[in-house]
Amino acid sequence: MTENARRGFLAAGATFAGAIAVAPGLHLIAPALARGAGEPASNANRWGLLIDTNKCSASCDACVKACATENGITEQVADPRQRSQWIRKIDIKEKNGRQHSLPMMCQHCSDPPCVDVCPTGASMKRADGIVLVDRHVCIGCRYCMMACPYKARSFVHEPLTEQNPQVPRGIGCVEACTLCVHRVDKGQLPACVEACTEGAMLFGNLADPNSEISRRIAHEATTQVRADLKLNTGVRYQGI
Amino acid sequence: MLRILSTLATIALALPLLQAAHAGEVPKPSAAIESPGTQCVAPPAEIRRNHMEMLKHQRDLTLREGIRGTKVSLNGCIACHASKKTGSVIGNNDNFCQGCHAYAAVKLDCWDCHQPKAGYQATGATP
Amino acid sequence: MNTATVLSARAATSKFWLIAAVGALISAIGFGSALYMEHHGHAVTGMTNQIVWGLPHVFAIFLIVAASGVLNVASIGSVFGKTAYKKRAPLSGLLTLAMLSGGLFVLMLDLGRADRVMIAATKYNFTSVFAWNVFLYSGMFGIVAVYLWVLMEKRLYPFAKPVGVAAFVWRLVLTTGTGSIFGFLISRNAYQSALLAPMFIIMSFAWGLAVFLITQAVMFRWNGKTLDPAILKRMKNLFGTFIAAVLYFLIVYHLTNLYFAKQVAFEKFILIDSGFAAIFWIGQVLIGALLPMAILYHPRLGQRMCAVTAAAVLVIVGAFCELYVFIIGGEAFPLDIFPGAEITSSFFDGQVATYSPSLPEFLLGLGGLGVAFMITLIGVRLISKFLPEDDAVQPDAATD
Repeated sequence: MTENARRGFLAAGATFAGAIAVAPGLHLIAPALARGAGEPASNANRWGLLIDTNKCSASCDACVKACATENGITEQVADPRQRSQWIRKIDIKEKNGRQHSLPMMCQHCSDPPCVDVCPTGASMKRADGIVLVDRHVCIGCRYCMMACPYKARSFVHEPLTEQNPQVPRGIGCVEACTLCVHRVDKGQLPACVEACTEGAMLFGNLADPNSEISRRIAHEATTQVRADLKLNTGVRYQGI
Repeated sequence: MLRILSTLATIALALPLLQAAHAGEVPKPSAAIESPGTQCVAPPAEIRRNHMEMLKHQRDLTLREGIRGTKVSLNGCIACHASKKTGSVIGNNDNFCQGCHAYAAVKLDCWDCHQPKAGYQATGATP
Repeated sequence: MNTATVLSARAATSKFWLIAAVGALISAIGFGSALYMEHHGHAVTGMTNQIVWGLPHVFAIFLIVAASGVLNVASIGSVFGKTAYKKRAPLSGLLTLAMLSGGLFVLMLDLGRADRVMIAATKYNFTSVFAWNVFLYSGMFGIVAVYLWVLMEKRLYPFAKPVGVAAFVWRLVLTTGTGSIFGFLISRNAYQSALLAPMFIIMSFAWGLAVFLITQAVMFRWNGKTLDPAILKRMKNLFGTFIAAVLYFLIVYHLTNLYFAKQVAFEKFILIDSGFAAIFWIGQVLIGALLPMAILYHPRLGQRMCAVTAAAVLVIVGAFCELYVFIIGGEAFPLDIFPGAEITSSFFDGQVATYSPSLPEFLLGLGGLGVAFMITLIGVRLISKFLPEDDAVQPDAATD
């Protein structure tokens, strides 16, 4: 059996196991299965998001609030320009007058500029495509912030004390959306996706052609932000 | 005569200083483990000597490779070793991590980012 | 020795200590500012998540670029065999080491985790231009140290040319690396241009020579010596050429940008619409290029040491303006996340970022200048060979 065929078999097996493990009607998707203890993230997965901006209202910021709660982004730096924002709502007004709104966060690029420029290798991409900052080796040079075309990264400007035990973050390091890696590893959805009552955000495995996200991307018109840069983002949008 | 007097005076002055120096010696850390688990992940002697390597090894595995649920875990340390009074492993020299690190004069780098309190729930106020 | 000379020597010594104390104080204040920033976090600076690199980077990049440029004086001597410049090679090497130290002092202490500088020195990601630069900077220290040794040790003098060539090549690569820090950034309109590498090299020529001319003037004054007018003339002509070359690159950079439709909005921002326009036209173009060129090529002013020194000071003022416009201005212009659309958000998307530098970050930058100054001062005081000793007649003066 070739490596690919074996992987496909395993993925199919996992999907089947997921399908029978989850009660019908429960809003949980099969690929987001918890990994066993001691098992590393695998490139059989590439986690991504599909965001339907047609369902996203300008007045709603449920995803932003959920992210702040989940990741313990509670600090109130006096200068708002120095506050961390892992996810933000952007209101867009196109030349023809069309207005819409969408959540913007780390796009979890397949070829991330932040990883290219990081001098110490703190900026890194996990096997399953999640782009993270290893704060153990981040020296706080902010070169990644200069390089990111999405302004997805923030620098922690003050000492912190209110961290979520599952989400370490602290002074002098750069940080960004982790795609809620601590939840994904447990088989849960990212907090923003869970909080979106409009169903505008779909989380799934881009590496599995049978996942819902892959099927929708294959059949519907979707966009990557700054597609011209050819970064192959893990976050895709509809309706922009 | 004057010389003897001054020598005596010097000794008299120096004695309390010596004593103070002796008294000022840092006492051994005395952090009591208030909510002990049944068994630590390794024998105390090995933990004392190698905990930093164990944690460092695990941090790289967890963060970079996504390996979770193994025996070594910083949150696991806190769960057993946090003080009952403050709920934390740092904050003062009676607390587990800080007490020993103050004694050994080794800077603690973990808690700039990691939450030192056991079972801490982030408040979740929106920024 | 008569009483007067003893007295003047004593006065010079006490003056030396006074100047050294001022330099040490400036360096110490810079270091103290860094500790303050380290303790409170970058919240005490004017830098934000929009302007992520600020005033410290202006100082640091000036020092690093000028450090590589000042070595040119030595290169012209060793590599191209000009005697007048050979006499100046040791001072040029010393200034390189001093300014490189000052620049790295600022750059390292501005890090969010300056305590982890060992990680920067031991863990490398080889796709990062920053990581290359860590090698280039440390290599530069080594090569220039060997170069100085070869220059000062008579028995080793035959090696001056090969070592000089190595140092020359290394410094060109180093400045290419500094320019490429920005040249490799795809996300921002101000950067992402291969032109930045040669542009930084030519900027380093001009800024380095400016620093050298000022240092030389001060040292000659201090030692009561006069510079041979023929040497002054050659150096100021070279200086004028460098300034003109910087201006040329600046024009090409902005013209190419103006030609690309997607860059027009950015050019309009930098050249006309924003506060940076005034700094660009008055600081960078007028003070940093046109005025000094007018002085240098003025038939009478151009002959005078003090006028040439003034031109050098103007070029340095212009250099700071240029880096401010380039770094801060380049960051202030909003990222084009959705080309063609107007965007707004709580994270200041689509808005021009504002920046007001705070005192600590300014003092940290100043501290870098202080460190460079102290190293130069101590080097020159300890080793008399740094003072250029010209022969009465220049053998190759007639040939060029």
